[in-house]
Amino acid sequence: MAEHRRSLDRPSDQPADRRGLLGRRKVLGYLIAAPTLAVGVSWLTNESDPRAADAAVPSLPQPSDIFDLGDLQNLAAAPTSGLITVQLKSDGTAYFAVPRAEVGQGITTAFAMMVAEELDLPMDKVEIALADARPELLMNQLTGGSNSMRSMYLPVRTAAAIARQRLVETAATHWGVEVGKVTTRKGVLSGPSGRTATYGSLAKLAATAKTITVSAGLKSPSEFSVLGKPRNRVDAHDIVTGRKQFAMDLNVPGAKPTMVARPPTINGTLRSINNLAALRALPGITDVVGITHGVAIRGETFGQCIDAIQKVDATWGPGTVDGESDATVLAKLRAAQLPMAVPTVPLLTKTIDAEFVFAFASNSPLEPDCAIADVGPDSAEIWSCLKVPIVAQEDIAKQLGLPIDAVKVHVIQGGGSFGRHLFHDVAAEAAEISQKMGKPVKLSWSRTDNFRQGRTHPMSTSRVRVNYLAGNVLTYEQRHTSVETDFGHGLGEMITAFAADLPVAGNLSFAETIFALTQSSPYNFGVTTQLLNEIPLKFNTGSMRNIYSPNVVCAEELMVDQLAAKMGQDPVKFRRNFLKDQRLLAVLNKAAEVGNWGKAMPKGTAQGVGVHSEYRAAVATLVEIDCRPETVNRPVEGEGVTGPRVTKAVIVVDPGFCINPRGLEAQMFGGLQDAIALALTSSLHIKNGIPLEGSWDNYFYTREWNSPLDVEVVIMPNTSDSPSGAGELSVAPAFAAVACAYARATGTLPTYFPINHGKLSFEPLPLQPSTPQSPTDGLDHTF
Amino acid sequence: MPTHTFKLNGKQISVEAEDSVRLLWVLRDLLGVTGPKYGCALEVCKSCTSHINGKAFNPCSVQVKDIEPADEVTTIEGLPATVGKDLHPMQEAWLKYDVAQCGYCQPGQIMAAVAKVKQARAEGRDITDADLDELRNICRCGTYTRIREAVKAGAEDMGA
Repeated sequence: MAEHRRSLDRPSDQPADRRGLLGRRKVLGYLIAAPTLAVGVSWLTNESDPRAADAAVPSLPQPSDIFDLGDLQNLAAAPTSGLITVQLKSDGTAYFAVPRAEVGQGITTAFAMMVAEELDLPMDKVEIALADARPELLMNQLTGGSNSMRSMYLPVRTAAAIARQRLVETAATHWGVEVGKVTTRKGVLSGPSGRTATYGSLAKLAATAKTITVSAGLKSPSEFSVLGKPRNRVDAHDIVTGRKQFAMDLNVPGAKPTMVARPPTINGTLRSINNLAALRALPGITDVVGITHGVAIRGETFGQCIDAIQKVDATWGPGTVDGESDATVLAKLRAAQLPMAVPTVPLLTKTIDAEFVFAFASNSPLEPDCAIADVGPDSAEIWSCLKVPIVAQEDIAKQLGLPIDAVKVHVIQGGGSFGRHLFHDVAAEAAEISQKMGKPVKLSWSRTDNFRQGRTHPMSTSRVRVNYLAGNVLTYEQRHTSVETDFGHGLGEMITAFAADLPVAGNLSFAETIFALTQSSPYNFGVTTQLLNEIPLKFNTGSMRNIYSPNVVCAEELMVDQLAAKMGQDPVKFRRNFLKDQRLLAVLNKAAEVGNWGKAMPKGTAQGVGVHSEYRAAVATLVEIDCRPETVNRPVEGEGVTGPRVTKAVIVVDPGFCINPRGLEAQMFGGLQDAIALALTSSLHIKNGIPLEGSWDNYFYTREWNSPLDVEVVIMPNTSDSPSGAGELSVAPAFAAVACAYARATGTLPTYFPINHGKLSFEPLPLQPSTPQSPTDGLDHTF
Repeated sequence: MPTHTFKLNGKQISVEAEDSVRLLWVLRDLLGVTGPKYGCALEVCKSCTSHINGKAFNPCSVQVKDIEPADEVTTIEGLPATVGKDLHPMQEAWLKYDVAQCGYCQPGQIMAAVAKVKQARAEGRDITDADLDELRNICRCGTYTRIREAVKAGAEDMGA
């Protein structure tokens, strides 16, 4: 999923500079009874980074200014974070099973850095694994909202610091010296007279027979030697050698390849299989069963499952949105737009009113959804990339008619997520199939399944109206209207649990709460309202990287450029005048400087800028785009689209405290490429109840030929002791920058995104069979 | 069931499979070679990119019957051995530039990059940005910037 945008300005009576507050702060944890040293931590703080507002026509704080989604997640995590443990093995390795999912965002590397830092241990002596579903963690096992660093930074460091302190105390006792005479370095304890001991040699001695409460001091940032320094991914070597294992690579005995033949519309159901015996007799096929949404086929190879899908003769029931196409959905959205609230405005006031449409988009990662399920009469075991494994475990247990503790759920590293793995659709389906076949299965959705039946970021409209007078913006109203975004993965449960504590007025729906906690205009635009309405169409939806922000911010920033033009101001200068927040102002100024804002550019090319704050971070993105015909119409071999090309990008990020500059830079790169796709090329075209897209040559995610050759990421000096969220951070401002650059280069106001959505640039794959046969001409295309 | 034989990562191997099964599944499901990834089986995403006789290809789109006994198939697992080292210079470059994010596309990216560099060399020139624009491998995490840097660095270290 994604979190949340908020202004960085937090009205507060706390002092503006709290740097160093956490340095050497005593924090509490537990030594846990175990054979070797084990530490658990129950301590969590909400970081805060108050800033003074600097107002022209002041806007009242919106809910997310005061309390954002990350704060909510922190609150929900607090009572359970005590169950997070770091163990020291007798080989001197520190082991930490992260109750989160690694999907490429780099959290395993960041957690290893935290443990290495506070434990004074080399990085290669830290082992990070992904924890199985742990129901006792309640909702502190959700990977989303770019919240992993924010919620786990202190507990993980604390556990490591306590472990280090316990080792020091153990060595001191063992050697009969004062604690102050023992030092630690690279996994070795040193005492007077040249005495040394490895951590591993004391791991058993340092263990406790009874769980006891202890406290330890954390390092101050000035003492850091690991945190804040660039580190490569801990799994990089496994990746480049092909050894990193994803769900499909696991060898679970008997779990044979399985795929599903599916109906021609979203969520269609199976009425009957008309050639079951013939399907079961196909070469390499071991089992065929009917399931809720298709015909499940298990065989010796995935290829033979694909072969069998070509032969399925089934009768399908209707889906949930059979009559819907892009145009019908858009008409429903327009009918549901909430009215603007400002009825009358002073004489001479001018108004700009615009509506932006954002097409359906796919949150599918490159790795097709995959799960292994082994369901027996009394128990079940699941392996899959799951960002909310507890909910998966609960739901699958209910579906199978088993007690929760009879279902073991293993979290496997994912080949990307972008929101897809918040839901456990593929794991639930694998469990259904395994139960019906009575055998273990390794289920993979096909690429076409992923686009056509998988979750989507739903179509939305953003209508914006601004009133301005004599150099001031008096009102800013934004009405965002979306097809329902499914938050049924458990965040809702968390919100319900803590609803009474929320400073959000009224009885808002989950979606409205998420929206309110994530969206806030960073500008002093007078009376400001940003409201969400959603329509209950039953598409398969979910959060996609940065949820609402890319579309909301794109619409807002396009309007900001319109306002600047109407007032005769340069876009950057205009933003400087109206931005409320100093951190945003600082990143904007830096981007303008590094990107050489305002330089002379050829006709048909232009710069564009976008700013955004969320996850307690601030980002400004400056891009250059080339919309000249020779670029737009440049050829590409085979199927694909070209169009305008972003030729350069500068991303300036203030991450609060930067844990790993290399990882942060990687996330900024990724968000930029997502943004280019959202603005220019990638969308789903809905026709008669199903997306037409079926492959990566239809769904035009950014490819090399559309990616900028010149990308620079600038990380600002730390402005806080606390890390912000980073995984989704750069999508929205880059989307806005690309859209604004396109508008300036072409002299138009784009109102439908991506800009190429109006023209179908591919020949759709047939709807049946639901997964097309693989080509056979691969040897004709070698290079 | 027919038996097929070919050279895989330096060893002559035999495997029983129906003629039409695509090589990707022979490698992954029957031989347990999982470096080449399944991303589409449509010859589009390129995440299964491997080499046949030193050239890049997509085993998802080749029937096993079309592989000859003398054909040399190299997957990411066998790439280092082609230069007689623990890691191929392109893999080293991938590490140096910390290219990977989730890592799913990277075996295919590396195999495609090596072939692309060799292709340029065969034409007596260095790899260019225009060459890199021709790479079709999807990286859904969007690491294209680092891929470009690493391919250029890897190309230098690959020698002439």
